[in-house]
Amino acid sequence: MDLIVATDRGLYCPAGDFHIDPWRPVPRAVITHAHSDHARFGSDVYVCHRDTAPILLKRLGDVAIETAAYGEILTRNGVELSLHPAGHVLGSAQIRVSAKGETWVASGDYKLESDGVSPAFEPIRCHVFITESTFGLPIYRWRAQAEIFAAIDLWRRENIAAGRASLLFAYALGKAQRVLAHVDPALGPIVCHGAVEAINALYREAGVALPPTRLATEIADKREYSRALILAPPSAAASPWLRRFGDYSDALASGWMQVRGNRRRRSLDRGFALSDHADWPGLVGAIEATGAERILATHGSAGALTRYLREKGLDARTLETAYGDDEDTSDGGARESEA
Amino acid sequence: MKAFAALYRRLDSATSTRAKQAAMVAFFAAAKADPAQWASAAWAVYFLAGGKPRQTAPTRLLWRLAVEGSGYPDWLCSECYGAVGDLAEMLSLILPEGGAGEEFSLDQWMRERLLPLPSLGEEERYARLRRWAEELPSDERLAFFKLITGELRVGVSRLQVVKALAEVAGVDEGRMAQRLIGYSQARRIPTAADFEALIGEVLHAEAQALDSGKPYPFYLAQSWSRPLADMLPALGPPSDWIVEWKFDGIRAELLKRGDDWRLWSRGEELISDAYPDLEPLARALPSGVALDGELVVLIPPTGEYSADSLDGLALFASLQQRLGRKVVSEKTLRELPVAFIAYDLLEIDGRDIRAEPQHERRAALERLVDRVFAEAKERGARLPLRISPTVAAETWEELATKREQARALLREGLMLKAREGAYGIGRRKGDDRTNVWWKWKLDPMSVDAVVIYAERGHGRRSGVFTDYTFAVWSAGEEAPARELVPFAKAYSGLTDAEIREMDAIVRRTTVETFGPVRSVAPTQVFELGFEGIAPSRRHRSGVAVRFPRMLRWRRDKPVAEADTLDALKALLAGKGE
Repeated sequence: MDLIVATDRGLYCPAGDFHIDPWRPVPRAVITHAHSDHARFGSDVYVCHRDTAPILLKRLGDVAIETAAYGEILTRNGVELSLHPAGHVLGSAQIRVSAKGETWVASGDYKLESDGVSPAFEPIRCHVFITESTFGLPIYRWRAQAEIFAAIDLWRRENIAAGRASLLFAYALGKAQRVLAHVDPALGPIVCHGAVEAINALYREAGVALPPTRLATEIADKREYSRALILAPPSAAASPWLRRFGDYSDALASGWMQVRGNRRRRSLDRGFALSDHADWPGLVGAIEATGAERILATHGSAGALTRYLREKGLDARTLETAYGDDEDTSDGGARESEA
Repeated sequence: MKAFAALYRRLDSATSTRAKQAAMVAFFAAAKADPAQWASAAWAVYFLAGGKPRQTAPTRLLWRLAVEGSGYPDWLCSECYGAVGDLAEMLSLILPEGGAGEEFSLDQWMRERLLPLPSLGEEERYARLRRWAEELPSDERLAFFKLITGELRVGVSRLQVVKALAEVAGVDEGRMAQRLIGYSQARRIPTAADFEALIGEVLHAEAQALDSGKPYPFYLAQSWSRPLADMLPALGPPSDWIVEWKFDGIRAELLKRGDDWRLWSRGEELISDAYPDLEPLARALPSGVALDGELVVLIPPTGEYSADSLDGLALFASLQQRLGRKVVSEKTLRELPVAFIAYDLLEIDGRDIRAEPQHERRAALERLVDRVFAEAKERGARLPLRISPTVAAETWEELATKREQARALLREGLMLKAREGAYGIGRRKGDDRTNVWWKWKLDPMSVDAVVIYAERGHGRRSGVFTDYTFAVWSAGEEAPARELVPFAKAYSGLTDAEIREMDAIVRRTTVETFGPVRSVAPTQVFELGFEGIAPSRRHRSGVAVRFPRMLRWRRDKPVAEADTLDALKALLAGKGE
């Protein structure tokens, strides 16, 4: 019997009687991270990393939560359960499950590059690795983040010179804070959408250093906008909230921006291919580092990734889940998956 | 190449016309100041204005480069291509990091490296491509591959290129538009002298000589699609307009300068050689004449005919057999002779009369055609020339009734030309009533058809299922067995929101995948419009339609009630009525 199986409610560990990131209510839900496609409402008890707990409370309301530190082992029915950094967002964890000498790891979402606002990904040796594959095609190969942030700063400088605001769309949880931690704070004020600012507060409480940010309502002199960086979730695009900023250049920070068509379809001025997910070399490297002989892939281009791995001699299969995007990766984040 | 790749990136990332304009002006101004850059700038103009050289490396070699250069299997490269929707871009993303190769100018790249490629053997060509791809810096690779695939347009219209060059040269846009004509012809090799001729403020004798064979930029019509009731308030009475038929041929400009004549297509290709049938007409014209008109296949009657007789006008499908042919056989000339239907006169006695009112140009055109016809008659010659007849009516309602006959007469509708209007440049207009040509086309023919296959689109639609194949039923609902017969592909007519919805439906209802094509369960019905229909032996349905596009999503219509092949073929029969 497999240690983890796919059910219509989500990944399930029969021996330990808990689900991982279930998409329907269950008695006990182990949560990899607080993005809405992984942490859904309605379960009786949530188990997660302690930095994920405040975000869960914020997003799901008053729910029952048990927390753990990275590496802490929780034992249940003879099954060992532990959380390990996934490097995706604050509190994100890979779930390690071990029983009778067999170890499985469910990655949740992860990236390999250390982003400075969440603990870096740690490879965990295992027999079976359940990996995400949001960007599971070789065309997704990220530039080093220093290069991307230099490009963002340059874009800002051009906008400041032209007297217009820089409006950057970034997912409220994780991406926005990563941007905050790396852009040049000396260039001008940073204004955050309320949804972003709420998460900023949780990051700061968890001890992550972020530069000063303000809400739009705290800006009295509108001329300040012409030098400002404005951070908003993609869902704020085309909303009346944007009207106050006057002339602006807009951009989106998302892995989907690697492909020009995705940017052009959204009629954005700029697209920065900055992702909190592993790119292709990242996925292949992470899989290799686990030493696993069996790979199960979820999300995105699982079909391509698993076929590639099978041709390399691994036992790799696609696992149907309700995470992230649908079967095809090329939508450009038009659906609000947190990429 | 660095400068051009940077321009390409700037244009590609700019969304506003203003930003694109500024990028081009900066690029051309920098080039103008440095004669060493003129040849490369000439190439840049060529590409931006829509020029496409012969593909210097076949897609087969580029694909091999993708597979061998990346080290990934063919099927994985296919997956990547599907997600990107553009071969040049896919290559630039899938190949390993580029190098920091030596800088070559765009002119060197084209003349010394890319253009000689086709003369080399397959292996040598591939070896060079692979070496170049490895040496080029990553951020120049996209522009480089675009040079090879020729799909280099970056949302810049020709008019914008004209504006930018006019600004840099300090000449007016009309002058620049004319200088640019013929510039982006297929096999042309632009040179430093070409760029100099473009940006020079004063045309010296040499440039003037170059100019002499150049036509005037075409004046393009706007679509009139508002209701009949709007016509009188918006356009005034029909007497303010010259009304003509809209022909279903190809637009062309016929130029006679000295003893030389030239025929230019609307795509600004020189096409004189493909239509030797027009030679007698060209010889009969006086020097210093520019005629705007329509090229059609027309079998002349055996007896007498007047200059405005359109007897013998053939289907567009006949003209199609003459398009794109370089060598024309005697048989073709006999069976599918072309004629030029003149509808405007832009130059007479070497004088540019485009600023004169439409009705005066029309009068001058009539005088010219009458004279040429009379002279020919004396010689007993028959010329492949006609003048576009005007359509007279007191009211718009009356004209609407006449318009209904267009299809039976093998025409597309009516043209409305403001009597007092000048001949403009491109698709630009003043207000509704002056300086404008309206095309008042018939409503398209349409059937309700079912989507059965889908493919991903390109450019800003890359990765999304936007191109659909449509089918109609082989028989009516009562038939014991019937099937869906594909007859047309269409990709336009949907809003972005509808495209997203269809994309999701395609993904949800996919039955099978054949490479880039997915067959889908027949669940969606669209009203599919098209401009024309002709019998076809190449299509399983037995018909070919022109300009198919989606008019309406028939969410109300069950698939079983979509139209039948008989309904489609009835439109075919209706044509001749």
